[in-house]
Amino acid sequence: MKKRMFMLMSVVMVFVLVFVAGCGSGSTPTSTEKKPFVIGAVFDITGAASSLGIPEKNSAQMLVDQINKAGGINGHKVDLKILDDKSTPAEAALDIKQLIEQDKVLAVIGASTSGASMSMVPIAMDKQIPMVSAAASALIVRPASEHKWIFKTAQPDDLVAKVVVKYLKDHNLTNVAFVPVNNDFGNSGLKEFQNQAKEAGINIVTVQKFEASDTDMTAQLTKVRDAKPQAVIVWSTPPSAAYVAKSFKQLGLTMPQIQSHGIGNKAFIDVAGDAANGVIFPAGKLLAVDTLPSSDPQKSVLSKYASDYKATFPNQALSTFGGHAYDATKMVLDALKAGGDNPTPAGIRDYLEKISNYPGITGMFNMSASEHNGLDTSSMVWIKIDNGKWTLAQN
Amino acid sequence: MDSSSLVQYILTGLAQGGLYALVGLGFVLIYNVTGIINFVQGEFVMLGAMLAVTYERMGLPLPMVIVLAVLSVALIGAGLEVISIRPARRATPLTLIIITIGLSLAVRGIALLIWGTDPLVIPAFSGTEPIKILGGALMPQQIWIMGATAVSVLALYIFLDLTVMGKAFRACVINKMGASLMGISPRRMSTLAFALGAAIGALGGVVFAPTLASYDMGVALGVKGFVAAVLGGLTSVPGVILSGFIVGIGESFGTAFISSGYKDAISLFILLLVLLVRPQGLFGIYGGKRV
Repeated sequence: MKKRMFMLMSVVMVFVLVFVAGCGSGSTPTSTEKKPFVIGAVFDITGAASSLGIPEKNSAQMLVDQINKAGGINGHKVDLKILDDKSTPAEAALDIKQLIEQDKVLAVIGASTSGASMSMVPIAMDKQIPMVSAAASALIVRPASEHKWIFKTAQPDDLVAKVVVKYLKDHNLTNVAFVPVNNDFGNSGLKEFQNQAKEAGINIVTVQKFEASDTDMTAQLTKVRDAKPQAVIVWSTPPSAAYVAKSFKQLGLTMPQIQSHGIGNKAFIDVAGDAANGVIFPAGKLLAVDTLPSSDPQKSVLSKYASDYKATFPNQALSTFGGHAYDATKMVLDALKAGGDNPTPAGIRDYLEKISNYPGITGMFNMSASEHNGLDTSSMVWIKIDNGKWTLAQN
Repeated sequence: MDSSSLVQYILTGLAQGGLYALVGLGFVLIYNVTGIINFVQGEFVMLGAMLAVTYERMGLPLPMVIVLAVLSVALIGAGLEVISIRPARRATPLTLIIITIGLSLAVRGIALLIWGTDPLVIPAFSGTEPIKILGGALMPQQIWIMGATAVSVLALYIFLDLTVMGKAFRACVINKMGASLMGISPRRMSTLAFALGAAIGALGGVVFAPTLASYDMGVALGVKGFVAAVLGGLTSVPGVILSGFIVGIGESFGTAFISSGYKDAISLFILLLVLLVRPQGLFGIYGGKRV
């Protein structure tokens, strides 16, 4: 009995093998089909920054799928290789090495966070492969003369700091507390804010850091309360940013709570619950796309992205982070298109540097040899969270 | 600093400490019976929180959510013991500990596949209006967490002191050989220890779910619970509870008086200090009886 079963199984296995092999040979690309263009992406798909990485991965993939469906670029399909850096800089460095050395990519998109992007920069520079980061820190691309191959699409923290400092000045809030997360994002935000607050005559009465994995910030905020600031500025990403809002409510603090552009995704509202109400933060225009005037140069790009994303991922909310990756991917695809049948990394780099008056999701981009981010303060608006919804706040 | 701030630091520390104690309690329970430091303990907390989210979204009432999540994780804990620890029971404790590390990675990976990476939450059990105590503020959910710790300790005492199975369990802790001569199966007691440890961890996860349910939450909580367990001497129930609160209050006062940037470093520093000065833990008896 057992023997017969074995025989039967073997026969079935052989059939399966033959069938699979047959299929394989059937789908081998014919020589007339053009070689695909291979580009790489590194996102924080799992780990602490996954609320950034997932919409980024989705947006990049969605755009590439759309292009391929429409026949590819100059007749070539685009092969997007996406790797997960697990929200750690060390993994990000390994990922970009793998993409460049094994997959021979023409350009790399990512990573999601500043720390991970920073660890990729020296590798992209060394291998002379263009890299377009979706992360915030200005240090990723500055100075541009030493970052020839590096570009980025997210608003830099010095730009956001400028927007926040202007708001504080306009509202006469001169004594403020700064509460950053203790990682590259928070520390870089702190440095930029300190520089600009000093120039604007704004006094930072206390700085209280917390860890990205913390879930209770009442101790930090108690120290903030003792320092009696007129406003509290929080510089972090969800979920930790949401716990600051929760602890803020727990202690019954009443001063304005200004958060950073890092909370531009639904995870913040989901985790903070009713503690999110009243929080204001500067963000790209995507979150207020419905209330944006049609005269805005980004309006049509934003509306298309918003409706495409909602149609492709009906269960996921829009986030500005997805927009950063969408812009980065779109720029690289445009550069490929300009490269004809044989795009080169150097050609892509030169194209990226010449992008100007380019309406993206994140803002109007104007790249140059000395500026590899190309955004100004006009790319940001103030958003207020009201009843668990993003609304355009009066500036 | 005024007195209300001081009260707030103590309350914050107690609230965090209650959770650390609850996680640490699971470590102690399993270590006592099996001699294994069970690194899946943090994942039991995660599973408790995740299943609470799942059951809550199915529309079940809160008491059902709590009971079902705790029971499910207890079953998972027992199941993991049967498939992975029991076949290797003749291996050295080090091997078994490595097995639990592998298990924790597997459980986390499976949770990632099932629930994804987004942080999830369920509504707070009793609203989100803070309660004022002596000028400090405490969330109702934090009282739930401390209550869960108290209930776990009480239930453990009743089980261990007043039931026959509990006595068999204790007999196994005191003398495995003697216990098996009396007809008690140490194998079954090991499974029971994992089920109980998992249940206690899951209870912690359920009461923490209004704050966070995420596939990777078990790592951070597991480390803090482990610190509490080692600090308490690994074998003592009162020790681990007290140590949990010491770690919680240490972190909160460390934030207040040293720097908020060193919160995690402080608990690990306390651990190193204790291991150097008193390797048996604050409440342990050196070379004490364990099986």
